Amino acid sequence: MTEQDAIIDEVVNSEYKYGFVTNIEQESAPKGLNEDIIRFISAKKEEPEWMLEWRLKAYKEWQKMTEPAWANVHYPKVDFQDVVYYTAPKPKKNLNSLDEVDPELLKTFEKLGISLDEQKRLSGVAVDVVFDSVSVKTTFQETLKEKGIIFCSMSEAVRNHGDLVKKYIGTVVPQKDNFYAALNSAVFSDGSFCYIPKGVRCPMELSTYFRINAAGSGQFERTLLIADEGAYVSYLEGCTAPQRDENQLHAAVVELIALDNAEIKYSTVQNWYPGDKDGKGGIFNFVTKRGMCKGSNSKISWTQVETGSAVTWKYPSCILAGDNSIGEFYSVALTNHFQQADTGTKMIHIGKNTKSRIVSKGISAGKSQNSYRGLVKVHKKAENARNFSQCDSLLMGNLCGAHTFPYIEVSNNTSKVEHEATTSKIGEDMLFYFQQRGIDEETAVAMIVNGFCKEVMDHLPMEFAVEARKLLEISLEGSVG
Amino acid sequence: MLSINNLHVSIENKEILKGLSLQVNAGEVHAIMGPNGTGKSTLGNVLAGKEGYEITDGSVLFDGIDLMELEAHERAQKGVFLAFQYPVEIPGVSNANFLKAAVNEQRKANGEEPMPPNEFLKMMREKMELVEMKKDFISRSVNQGFSGGEKKRNEIFQMAMLQPKLAILDETDSGLDIDALRIVANGVNKLRSKDNAFIVITHYQRLLDYIVPDFVHVMYNGKIVKSGDKNLALELEEKGYEEFEHATL
Ligand SMILES: Nc1ncnc2c1ncn2[C@@H]1O[C@H](COP(=O)(O)OP(=O)(O)OP(=O)(O)O)[C@@H](O)[C@H]1O
Ligand SMILES: [Mg+2]
Repeated sequence: MTEQDAIIDEVVNSEYKYGFVTNIEQESAPKGLNEDIIRFISAKKEEPEWMLEWRLKAYKEWQKMTEPAWANVHYPKVDFQDVVYYTAPKPKKNLNSLDEVDPELLKTFEKLGISLDEQKRLSGVAVDVVFDSVSVKTTFQETLKEKGIIFCSMSEAVRNHGDLVKKYIGTVVPQKDNFYAALNSAVFSDGSFCYIPKGVRCPMELSTYFRINAAGSGQFERTLLIADEGAYVSYLEGCTAPQRDENQLHAAVVELIALDNAEIKYSTVQNWYPGDKDGKGGIFNFVTKRGMCKGSNSKISWTQVETGSAVTWKYPSCILAGDNSIGEFYSVALTNHFQQADTGTKMIHIGKNTKSRIVSKGISAGKSQNSYRGLVKVHKKAENARNFSQCDSLLMGNLCGAHTFPYIEVSNNTSKVEHEATTSKIGEDMLFYFQQRGIDEETAVAMIVNGFCKEVMDHLPMEFAVEARKLLEISLEGSVG
Repeated sequence: MLSINNLHVSIENKEILKGLSLQVNAGEVHAIMGPNGTGKSTLGNVLAGKEGYEITDGSVLFDGIDLMELEAHERAQKGVFLAFQYPVEIPGVSNANFLKAAVNEQRKANGEEPMPPNEFLKMMREKMELVEMKKDFISRSVNQGFSGGEKKRNEIFQMAMLQPKLAILDETDSGLDIDALRIVANGVNKLRSKDNAFIVITHYQRLLDYIVPDFVHVMYNGKIVKSGDKNLALELEEKGYEEFEHATL
């Protein structure tokens, strides 16, 4: 193992510091978690032996861990033995027409400007022949195939591209990385797999929407994305339509790997059910997202717009191992009512001349709490590392909170780390200025918020940005006056 | 056009306007002068519909309708414009976007289609010339990082874009250098017509050399205590407000 590898190894494994052993009572299936359940999941998915072993190892690690308590979020304790870890992917209940769909949901679709056919698809109405989604998907798949791009579900990848999965899975987020990642590694249901071969520039935005066999997103999603030397891919996750889900706990893992001269752009719009105005219900979203700039001159860029979930715990990060590699994080996190978000990023500089840029925009309204937590770490070998961080908070009203927790650890004195932070408030004087020019309060808030987020929105693919902008407006409706 | 009758206004139980009356007809320019803290800005804010003021007595009619019944943005859409004494900065919202929204909201309220983008741009260029705005201004955030004088000029520019029926200029001349004063006054004069009216709040007679008023009013302790023609301003410049101090005691 070279010294570089040793450092990487230390970084990806550093969070393993829990020696505590939880004694989990064995329970019979289907509820609860034990080795048999994991064997059952693996068998159902017709996985090879190595995958089962990998899951079991994760499970053993998970048993030794406790739930982290350091984030600035509060929620009732999850009983992990009260969760069903495997349900056969069943098709969504088909409705006959939009008349059967929750009118609230339809109203939101309309405001988002989602087409009728798309509304039907999203809410599970059987689509008519006009919207030939199958043929769209087929042409899409053929184009990818021509270029040698693999884009399929994780289950398929494990079966058909085992060598690639085996080589990369867990290299960025190891099984024992953290409590939720370990749980995910043991029981992950499905997710996306993507491989872009050497020198290939993926000709379209890859979106889970186009993935054949995507049966719901699942509670424990696992995504693995590899850009081989000189490859480029832009990946879209999620959608702006409200996502209702019966599972309260979500613990996903996303791993990105960029080899020499490769670039990955990963964009997320997250709009899970945030709970009602009184803070009841809503999804707990504990995600581990991490990218490894493994090769020199590689680049990974995370862009996210988060408006959903009751509790969010999420830190898309970059390990800048390759020399001259670049990591970027552009984020808008909006919280309203009783939502809580603890999000941010980690930029770990290991290679020489590595650069990172963090732009975080937090918007808090209602009685919500919005925290930014970021780590910039420069290792001693990271000559000439550069980081610039900008964290801005926008408050609406007096009952919400914005918090910033920047951590900076620098062990190389040729590096340069800059951090800027601002907090502003949408005040009465500002709103009156808009109103005096004939612009009503709601439009004014939307304009101020969009202005505030512009730098992040500019990094989203065009169509996505338009939808995301509307989503922010809807999420803030009724939060002033 | 505007008819204010015996207006009483309080903030947090403290009476600021104490029975103010004022008639403004189309085509007129009225200047209001008065010492600090006498309630001039309060009058502007109340007419424009800012929240936090309690109207305890009196009435305000604008083109025959009860102005106080309308929300602030509705008043603006009906043609009431206030050039602020202290314009606020709006980070992240460009002047172009801000004005496009303002112009189109007004058109929408009048049942008109949004202005076509090329027409809007043309109008913007034209009006920018009127107040001699720098080109980069279009894409800059509203008032952000503007100098004091630039902010005031921006108010006049916005007024030119929105073409209000009634414009209230609250100390638009304060903090302007001589060139800027001339530019602002010039802008106002070009916009004057028989269909619109201006209320110009100022401390300095000098502005009235450029914007010649039809009437000058002295505001003292929450009401208008004396009205006259432009010579009243000269008189005030000479004598100050001492005379009124005794009158209201
Ligand atoms: N929000 C408020 N709360 C309490 N008092 C207020 C408030 N706003 C204004 N006032 C008071 O009302 C009075 C009138 O203020 P206003 O700003 O209208 O004066 P003005 O005539 O415009 O003065 P200036 O020439 O200095 O601009 C002042 O005594 C001021 O302190
Ligand atoms: Mg004033």
